[in-house]
Amino acid sequence: MSSDTQVAAELVGRSPGQLMWRRFRRDRVGVVSGCVVLFFFAVGLLAPVISWLYGKDPQTRYGQIEPGLLNEFGYPVKPNGGIDGEFWFGLEPFMGRDVLTQLVYGIRTSLFIALAVTVLATLTAIVLGITAGYLGGKADFLISRFIDLLMAFPNQLFFVAFLPIVATLFVDPREETPTYVRVVSIIVVLWVLGWMTLGRILRGATLALREREFVEAAKVSGASPWRIIRKELLPNVVSPMLVQATYMLPNFVTTAAALSFLGVGLVEPTPDWGRMFAIGAEVYRADLTYMFFPGVAMVVFVVAFNLLGDSVRDAFDPKTNR
Amino acid sequence: MTTASTAHEGPAGPEEGTGAAGETPPALMTAEGLTKYFPIKGGFPFKRTVGAVKAVDGLDLVVREGESFGLVGESGCGKSTTGRLLARLLEPTAGTITYRDQDISHAGRKELAPIRSEIQMIFQDPYSSLNPRQTVGSIVGAPLEINRVNPPGGREARVRELMDTVGLNPEHYNRFPHEFSGGQRQRIGVARALALEPRLIIADEPVSALDVSIQAQVINLLRRVQREHGIAFLFIAHDLAVVRHFSQRIAVMYLGKIVEVGDRRAIYERPRHPYTHALLSAVPEAELELAEAEDPEAGADAPKERTARRERIRLEGDVPSPSDPPSGCRFRTRCWKAQDRCATEEPPLVRIEGNAEGHMTACHFPEAGTVLLE
Repeated sequence: MSSDTQVAAELVGRSPGQLMWRRFRRDRVGVVSGCVVLFFFAVGLLAPVISWLYGKDPQTRYGQIEPGLLNEFGYPVKPNGGIDGEFWFGLEPFMGRDVLTQLVYGIRTSLFIALAVTVLATLTAIVLGITAGYLGGKADFLISRFIDLLMAFPNQLFFVAFLPIVATLFVDPREETPTYVRVVSIIVVLWVLGWMTLGRILRGATLALREREFVEAAKVSGASPWRIIRKELLPNVVSPMLVQATYMLPNFVTTAAALSFLGVGLVEPTPDWGRMFAIGAEVYRADLTYMFFPGVAMVVFVVAFNLLGDSVRDAFDPKTNR
Repeated sequence: MTTASTAHEGPAGPEEGTGAAGETPPALMTAEGLTKYFPIKGGFPFKRTVGAVKAVDGLDLVVREGESFGLVGESGCGKSTTGRLLARLLEPTAGTITYRDQDISHAGRKELAPIRSEIQMIFQDPYSSLNPRQTVGSIVGAPLEINRVNPPGGREARVRELMDTVGLNPEHYNRFPHEFSGGQRQRIGVARALALEPRLIIADEPVSALDVSIQAQVINLLRRVQREHGIAFLFIAHDLAVVRHFSQRIAVMYLGKIVEVGDRRAIYERPRHPYTHALLSAVPEAELELAEAEDPEAGADAPKERTARRERIRLEGDVPSPSDPPSGCRFRTRCWKAQDRCATEEPPLVRIEGNAEGHMTACHFPEAGTVLLE
């Protein structure tokens, strides 16, 4: 019986996906950066748990409630930004909030936005890219020119100019904009200008695959275009899609942070990674420590994610060398 | 589904059916005046059609039930395009394709659905014709799934049986194409083509991407399949040596047109068109002798010194551009017998004097037909 199962196990082939996973596991840099990335996602996901275990929340102004934490100028009394056994990453100047929980919740917001944009952008790229590549002709021409048009937009300028406009589409400008509207408008704006690179890659990949004989074989058997796209094309564009998505996500994190830094992103009291840099930039002369933790966290996150992207690409295509 | 054996008992194997003996089986697929022009786009800033590659230009052929029909020609002569037109992967520019009295020249996907299962295709490149992300089981089972065929015992059992038929280990059901060699991959392609029990298989140079040692194995497999299942084959190849082992009737194509068509014997023993002569002279001598050894009736009365008498014909120059083919006879630019008449008058594909029945040649000044055997 055991020998039977042994033979059966041997005869089961390894799919390209399984081979990719085996190659990836051998890549130490990839595994480490993958763990770091997972750690950040866990932090974001478990932010309430961390906050509960740690006994602080991101909203309470500890420095203003408890005397002796901030001095008369609003800066932490203790050295290094007020780091001690109670406030592990120190206190925020003026407001007196806890930096650790601010950062944890900030990561949560940023990752949520970046993940949502990545998913939306990837779906858009799949639909438009594969449509353009598979149909060709007029559809391809229209979609490709549309991509060119969007690519010609100056991104940052567009974001800064359009974020308030998008927000007014949902809410009367005289009223206070709810937080979820701000989040949705950031996601929408980043999504609209974020899918084109992947869309182009998928269009190109589909164009190449469309001419392959296995697509013709499916046609000879009478397969519908939908089945050809779903069964023959999509599984073959997973690798470029996954690689591009791992490059896209940290890009969206930094872009969202830049928007908050510029003051068009999320506003108080929602904790946000990017806004911590804005505050840090104001107070760095007197309290350099405040910038330290968000900055290091961001650098580690972006570097780890990009290294992960490289490793994923190498695992999918062992022929390319860095 | 349907099997070709209902049409006539004992499908004609390559050994028999030289035309003269027995009645001719009914036509399965007919092409009349089949034409395919690929437009050449150019110009700035707005692209427009500036010309056309005349890949197939007025081609007539008939594939009969259960027979193996060989289509031979140089690369670029339009033979693959012909195969794709007949499989209705391409839309013909003009002409008609008739499959069992049904005009399918411009049929859409829905109209073609009932006959899709009867016409299958084997492709040239075994590395491109199998989806790298699917297991052998799902590749071979896909035609069954698409056409919602539920064989008794289930699809998986049927796929395993097919794998066994083509000489693959059925236990490799869950393996992926990259785990197989070129020859094994081509066997997977054959199994896929057989899945729906077709009446016609269009084989587009099925062995030209394989090693010579593997070629023979795959050819033998196809021969066996053809004989046992009585499937008609349109076998596309670029040299006459491969087809010789396989086809009862052979058509020679040059620049989008058929220049000579006939029974295997007629083409190999009494070729009339100069181009067929040139192609035959390019077949390595050993190949012909080997074929004779396998085919005793063909070479029984062949004098031993025959090979010594064979002259090698070297064709001068390149194939003319199919976007601007020569006037009159398309072969005249490379033909050693060309005269003024060849440039002005296009020779029709007819049974010329001295040809056996069913042997048609498109030439004004045909060869005597005694070069190889008499």
